[in-house]
Amino acid sequence: MIDALALLFLVLMVVCAAAALRVKDLLAAVTIFGAFSFFSAAFFVVQDALDVAFTEAAVGAVITTVFFVSAIRRTTRRVR
Amino acid sequence: MKSRFGSPLLDAAIRLLVPFMWLFATYVLIHGHDSPGGGFQAGVILAASIILLRLVRGRDRVSALTSHDALMLACIGPLLYGGIGFASLLFGGNFLDYGVLPLPMEPAEVRVIGTLGIEAGVMVGVAGVLVLIFDILAWVDNDTV
Repeated sequence: MIDALALLFLVLMVVCAAAALRVKDLLAAVTIFGAFSFFSAAFFVVQDALDVAFTEAAVGAVITTVFFVSAIRRTTRRVR
Repeated sequence: MKSRFGSPLLDAAIRLLVPFMWLFATYVLIHGHDSPGGGFQAGVILAASIILLRLVRGRDRVSALTSHDALMLACIGPLLYGGIGFASLLFGGNFLDYGVLPLPMEPAEVRVIGTLGIEAGVMVGVAGVLVLIFDILAWVDNDTV
């Protein structure tokens, strides 16, 4: 049985994913994707998967965001 | 990122932050046996601290670790991993069977040291590769890619 806190984080993940897809500004999309990674890490903590949560918080929320911002800097910021 | 965008405030902040990040990476590496963490996570934290230094200091003032050093780290990591693996093969065990390494210790301690060496190799390799990806993404000019 999935508890209420895990369900909350799952719903927030879905909301963040949909918002990151719909938003026109790519920098905002990257930021929302970082929030998605954070909620995903929180979900893993609730599920007692601390190792996965640690990796997700370090790679997904920090390294991937920096890489995406660097990639946006080389291209355009708006969606065509 | 190409020019120095940091202020004295950011500079002072990373001077405080980065040594503790390195300490935490070492803690994650050494306690990876019996708590969450391990070589990969320690390498990611190390790479995050180095990328933070590069974001604040900029390209012209990199003193800690140049791109060439990052490439060296990315090569040393797999070399350490495979070296320990083939060393245990050389002393009569299987690949990565580091219990057979001739160290003057208890057998259990030899296994712990072997695991730590493997994890250190993973940490150095992951940190080097991540820093190298950042360098190529942020610093290499458009016409040379």
